[in-house]
This record gives sequence, C-alpha cells and structure tokens, in this order.
Amino acid sequence: MSDPLFKGAEWDFDTIRRVHDACEEIARMELGLDTYPNRIEVISAEQMLDAYAANGMPVLYKHWSFGKRFARHEGLYRKGFQGLAYEIVINSSPCISYIMEENTALMQTLVIAHAAFGHNHFFKNNTLFRQWTDAYGILDYLEFARGYVAECEDRYGAPAVERMLDAAHALQSHGIFRSPRRRAPDLASEEKRARERRAHEAAIYNDVWRATIPAAGTPARRAEEERRRALLELPQENILYFLEKSAPRLAPWQREILRIVRQVSQYFYPQIQTKVMNEGCATYVHHRILTRLHEQGRITDGHYLEFLQSHTNVVFQPNYDDPRYGGFNPYALGFAMMNDIHRIAETPTAEDRDWFPDFAGRGDGMGILREGWAAFRDESFISQYLSPRLMRELRLFHLADDEDEDAMRVAAIHDERGYRRLRRALARQYDIGRMDPDIQVMDVDLAGDRRLILHHRVLERQLLHAEDAKSVLQHLADLWGYDVVLKEVDATEDRILKEHHAAARPGIVGG
Amino acid sequence: MHIVDRRRNPGGKSLANRQRFLRRAKEQIQDAVRDSISGRGMKDMERGGEVSIPASGVKEPGLRRAGGGNREHVLPGNKEFAEGDRIPRPKGGGGASGNEGNDQGSGEDEFRFALTQEEFLDLFLEDLELPDLAKKRMVVGEVSGFRRAGYSSSGSPANLALSRTMRNAMSRRIALKRPKPEAFDALEDQARLAEEAGAVERAEALRIEIARLRTRALRIPYIDPLDVRYRQFAPAPRPIAQAVMFCLMDVSGSMTEGMKDLAKRFYLLLYVFLKRRYKHVEVVFIRHTHEAKEVDEETFFRSPETGGTVVSTALVEMQRVLKARFSPEDWNIYAAQASDGDNTASDNDKTAGLLASDILPACQYYAYLEVGREGDHGPIGFIPRETDLWRLYTSLRGDGLPIAMRKVRHRKDIYPVFRDLFRKGGATAEASP
Repeated sequence: MSDPLFKGAEWDFDTIRRVHDACEEIARMELGLDTYPNRIEVISAEQMLDAYAANGMPVLYKHWSFGKRFARHEGLYRKGFQGLAYEIVINSSPCISYIMEENTALMQTLVIAHAAFGHNHFFKNNTLFRQWTDAYGILDYLEFARGYVAECEDRYGAPAVERMLDAAHALQSHGIFRSPRRRAPDLASEEKRARERRAHEAAIYNDVWRATIPAAGTPARRAEEERRRALLELPQENILYFLEKSAPRLAPWQREILRIVRQVSQYFYPQIQTKVMNEGCATYVHHRILTRLHEQGRITDGHYLEFLQSHTNVVFQPNYDDPRYGGFNPYALGFAMMNDIHRIAETPTAEDRDWFPDFAGRGDGMGILREGWAAFRDESFISQYLSPRLMRELRLFHLADDEDEDAMRVAAIHDERGYRRLRRALARQYDIGRMDPDIQVMDVDLAGDRRLILHHRVLERQLLHAEDAKSVLQHLADLWGYDVVLKEVDATEDRILKEHHAAARPGIVGG
Repeated sequence: MHIVDRRRNPGGKSLANRQRFLRRAKEQIQDAVRDSISGRGMKDMERGGEVSIPASGVKEPGLRRAGGGNREHVLPGNKEFAEGDRIPRPKGGGGASGNEGNDQGSGEDEFRFALTQEEFLDLFLEDLELPDLAKKRMVVGEVSGFRRAGYSSSGSPANLALSRTMRNAMSRRIALKRPKPEAFDALEDQARLAEEAGAVERAEALRIEIARLRTRALRIPYIDPLDVRYRQFAPAPRPIAQAVMFCLMDVSGSMTEGMKDLAKRFYLLLYVFLKRRYKHVEVVFIRHTHEAKEVDEETFFRSPETGGTVVSTALVEMQRVLKARFSPEDWNIYAAQASDGDNTASDNDKTAGLLASDILPACQYYAYLEVGREGDHGPIGFIPRETDLWRLYTSLRGDGLPIAMRKVRHRKDIYPVFRDLFRKGGATAEASP
C-alpha cells in the first residue's frame, strides 16, 4: 500500500503532477493506453465559460453567436441551473486539458484520468480522428483563422465580415466532406492509371464489336453537361466547399472565410460521430484508474466515495418517462457498453457466446476495448457490440412514429424477436448520414440564368424545417450571387415533394 | 507533461463577442430594457439585470429536419410495453424524445441573459441621445476652488516647490562651473603627495589653485535666491459633482394609477439622466394633496391618499427640505412636478410667488409634467380647456421664468417629451401641448 496522493480537498501544482504521474502509470502499464503528451491548464470559471462559448476551442475568430452562447451559459451558471463541466479537452498534440480551479483534489484526479488519458487515448487512436483531424496543426490553424478574420474586419469592415460569417455558419452543417476525399493525383499514380486503362482496352479489344456496334449515341449536349458537372465536381455535398471554389461573385477574402468555417466544421465532424464512444471510453478509463488508485491506497476511502458519487451522477440515465429525460446520456450508454464488452470478453454467458463468437471468453478485455475504440464510430460500434443483456438492462424499446398514423407503435422491445431490430434502430439513431439531412448541389445553369440547383434526398418523408430552410437558402443565394432552388426529392420514388426558392440580394455578400 | 496556470490570463476574452452580440440584437434588447423598467424602483435603475428577448432575433438558422414524417425512436426504461402496442402521441407535438433539433436551443421562444449596469443604461438611454445631451445641455453648477497654476518666483514658504528649486540650483551650479567638494579632496591629495616627494613648487602651485577654487565656491552659492520657486495657485470654478432631484406629485383622488405610472416613467428618465452626469444623485419624493409630505419611494407611487389639491404646500415642503439638507452652493437642484393640472383657485397666487421668488432661482431645472388620461381628448373640434396650473405656469414663463412644461397622455409620449425638453436647451423650453 502506498501513501495517499493527497489529503483533504486542497491541491497545488505538485499534487496535480503526482496525480498525473500516478494515473499515467496505471493508464500505460495496466490499461495499455497510448496518448499524446499532456498539457494541463488550470482555468477559472469565467475562462471555462469563455471556452464554452467557443465550442471548447482555445482560440477562435470573433462572431456574435459566440457572445450569445456565452451570455446563455453565463445566465444559466449564475442562477445555478447549470454546473460547469469539470474539464474541457482539446484534440491536439500536445493534448490540452482545461481543469477548473474550483475542483477539489479528487475531482482533479477524476478529470485528469478522464480527459488527459481517456479522451486523449481516443483522440490519438480512433480512426475517424486520425483520418479527419490534424491534431498537430489545429491550434496553429485556429490562430491563423482568428488573425485572418480580424484582418478582414479591419480591411473590409466588421459588418461585411459578419454577414459573411452569418451566411457561412448557416451552412456549416453542410460544409463537411463526409467521405475521405480523393487525394490530389500525383504523377506516379496517374501513370499507373493510364497504363491500367490501356491494358484493359487491349484485353477487351474486339474488332467484330467495333465494326458492328454503332458509336455511342450520347448527344453532344448531354456530353457537354456531363463535362460541366465533372468540372464543378457535381454533385457536391460540401456546399461551403462548392461555394468557395465555384461561386462566381465572391472576393478572395470571402472564399477564405468560407474555407475557415468549413475547416472548423470539419474538425468537429468526428466528434459528432463518436460521442457515445468517446465519452464511454473516457468514463471507463477514469473508473478503472480511480478504482485502481483506491486499491493501491493512493486514494482514501472517503475520497473514493466522493468519486463514486460524481461518477454515478455522470452515468445517470433517466428513463423515457422521467421529466429529466433528454435522450440517451452518452456517458451512461458508453460506460455501460464498455463494461459490458469487458464482461463478455472475460466472463461470457452462453448467450454472449452465441452473439459474439469472435471475442466472447477470449480474455484480454482491455485489448478488445482498445480495438473497438480504434476501429469504429458510434453507429458501427453499437451495431457491433450492443449485447442483448445490455438491452435488457436498459429496457430498451423501439417506437415507430409515423405522422400518417394516429398513434405511435411499439415496433420492438428487449426480447428475442426484438434484439436485432432494436440494435439496428439504435445504431441508425447515431448514423451521421441520417442525423443530418442529405443535401447536395446538383447542378448549375451556367448557360442560362446561373441558377443553383440543390436536392434534399428526403428519407422517410422527413422534410426540412421550412422557416429555417428559407433563411439558410437566402444566405446561400447571397453567397452564390444568383437564384437558388432547393428541391426536396423523395429518396425512394424520385418525386419532388417541396421546393424552396431564394433570390440573391445584391450587395449583401458578393460584389 | 506540462501544467500551465491560466488563471492569471487577462479575463474578458469573450468581451468582443459579447459586444458583437449586443450590437446584433440591439433593437430587441432595447425593447426588453424598456419593458423591464416599469417593474423597477428608481434606485434599481443603477443595477444591470436580466432581460429576455425573442429568440427569433438572434436565431442561427441551419438546415435541419422539421420533425414529422416517419420517425423512429429507441428509448430506455420500458415498463409495460410489448411489441405491437399502440401508444397515443404525447401532446405538444414531437415524439417521446422531444429534444431533436433542439440542442442548439433553437426551439426556445425566449432568450434570457444578464446585462451589466453599464450596458443596461447605455441601451436604455441610447436612442434618447441622453448621454450626449447630458454633456451638452446640462447646466453645471459651480463652486470656486483653487487649482495649480504653474510656478512663480515669489510666494509663501509653505508653497515652496522644493524639487523645482533644487533643479534650478543644480543647473546654475553646473553652468557656472562651481567646483565640487571631490575636486578639493583630489587636489589636496596631490599637494600632499607633492610635498612628501619634495616638489615644493608644484605643491605651492596646487595650494594656490585650491585657494582659488575655494573662493570661487564661496562666490557661487549652493542655492541662490534666484533658484527658489513657489507653487502657484489660481482660483478656478469647480463643478458640483452632486445633484438632488425633487419629485413633486399631486396624489389627490383625481390622479389615477395610469397617470402616476406616466409620472413615474418621467422621474425614472430624469433620474437616469442625472445619474449619468453626476457622481452622486439624491432623490426626494414629495407628494401633496391639500397638504404635502416628504415620503419614501414606495409610498410615493403606491399608497393612495384623499384630499383637496393645494400645490403650494408641496413647494413649501420642498423649500423646507432645501434649507435643511441641500444648499444650492453644494448641490445641483432639479425638480420635476407631475400633476393633472388641478389646483385650488385661491392657491394660485401663492404658488406663483413661491416659484418665482424662491424655488426657481435655486433650481437648475424645473420641469412641469401635466399628465392626462389616455384617450382623454374631448369631442373632436372641441379645444380642451387649459388647466389652472398650465395657465399659471404659462404666465410665469411669459415673465421669463425658466419652467419647462409638457403634457403627456400616453406612455409612448414620455420619451419624445423628455428628449424634447432637454434638446431645446435647459430651462428655456417652450410650452407646447
């Protein structure tokens, strides 16, 4: 048994360092975590509110919406409706964890285990983060963005920049590449492609066919259209990218601002898709570390009880009929799943063996968890790992709510018939492709009135919020500089359900 | 691992964003501020406070689904449902998981947040152009005082400017090359060395040099009367930094709650106005029927009273308070009187006399606000009879006495009237209905 790391609630920087080192030892040696180097920053409540307002980013350009967010959080905080988060952690290298000065020594331990090891490991290893974000460059980029926007305000006036940012923010949910982009072609791969194409042509060459089949009958006009769409990279789901590259009337600085907004948006893209996993991973890690510290005698019994109390609050999941219910608590669901996976790996039941033959009883729960954390996002993680036992524990049920029917229908519950459907439905709930409406730039009438045509592929008759769509479309038209039409097209039967139109207001954004 | 202490970083990182936000939602916030004052006491105007504005004004639109269509929910906590059960939709739209698309708060109708005192007053006053008016139009009372006015070569010893004197002395000594004490020591040393070495002539020459320097040092004094400087003071007027505001109100039965509310709004504005200008503002509430009394704010506006109407009683009371607590030399005195215009006929002469001889000369500004019932315009084409007080005050103005007077019937008139009163330039405002 070692001595406790701290006594009482007071802490100083030495305490933080001791705590960090103790956590690190467990995280590395026992849990096998692999993290970016840590930087722990102690901040005050006001600074925490600042960080809230800027979506947790340490630096960000200036915009009124951040002021609004600050005002809201400040109001809630002052009145005691909302406590502040104990920490905020930035996906960067070094990984920055902000911890509040008000926290007790035990809370700081919890926060360090949670953020500096749990989240940090997840950021460094999860495939989405590896693929989408540049942990080494983000802080520099944000610094650049802030400077650039400020410079634009000086040069072109704050109102012009604000209009630009308003418009860009309205479209930011559609300023994301949802699949990895083709890399810029380099010479070697181009040559390889050309070689392969020639080889393919040679392989399928057949003189008989050439003589007997008439030349492909695409009219010149169709070909022309195809060529144009290819040049404009249409259809395009990243509306901000499209505007940045192709909007005819934007000034270079305006394109740069669109770019900044979409870069920031893109940076958050993995976070949206991995809430359950990310929080689950961090919560699981802090639970493991704190429990271990307690076993080692480095946290007293009293402190361990304090930990259990806040931990229980964090992973509390109200039932659907509870007034406190606000959807699934990602901490609760994530933590429950991580525990469950560990259990299946170490002490499976017969049912688990049926459902998870590849890892049930294989042992090395931690290793299996690490694999899971690295390879999945919420949607695939749930459809891969949610076990019948957990569904029973959470007493999940699936509700089908069709507008055309006068009552909702219980489509599946936690029973033998329902497990798979339940799991599929819950996974879909976390599917980014279904969370955001699928809107794409389809075409531009370049020869005519330059009208921009967008399609919303409507799933399950779920139309856009009309009023919001109207304001967003107005912003879009201002940016594009000409008329814009958004058609809501039923995904299954290609029928146009609704159209929204907007005309550009001259002088609002473009030249 | 690094630990960084950020707590000492300068705060107010979000200030720029906050200002942008306030600017953005200015109109709505201003309306909210206006609304919020009716529920406030006069002194409360100094505080900031929470306001709520319609969320639509600061909405951040995004492309999101409206709800509806064919939706699915997976929920925790099933108790009695079995597959195939049908559940009526909960009222108030949405499914059971009602917070979709609501995570940005976009579904809220109201946006509440707190304003600081400074922001509150700025917004409250802004379109009234009061801050500027306060600077330009306000009559500032003055008392005379002294302020520093450079240096002089004569004055009383108490005002001796020591450092300036020493500086002059030093520059004079340097300019005239007064030998320094160290120079004597060095020469004495050399002379002694020369003597010990037997260089008699050299020693003699050094002695002579030392004697010459000593006379020179005596001739050039360390401090000369020429160097001495005295701090000079000149009499100068100094603005009075405090003000007292008298609120006089008729509370007889003919004054309705609505009329009192109008008066209150006017007083509020005046208070805020003065607050911007003076460091310290006192408010005295005097209400009167056929007798007058100084009361606290709550009683002033709320508690009902019955009786006749004798305006001069209020003026007498005001005079008493003035004498007792607020001498015109130390205070800027402002008075605002609200009434429905009634007065006992026999009292008119006394009122006029008091105003002309005592009250008005002491005041910076005297405003008379005649409040009427909303929609109380009389039949069309019928010119309403002017009230006793209105006629009385008009005649006083005819004599060149500074009374500002206006009639107000509706809340919305208050701001224009107030602005008008001050724009026309202090107490010389014209009478107009």
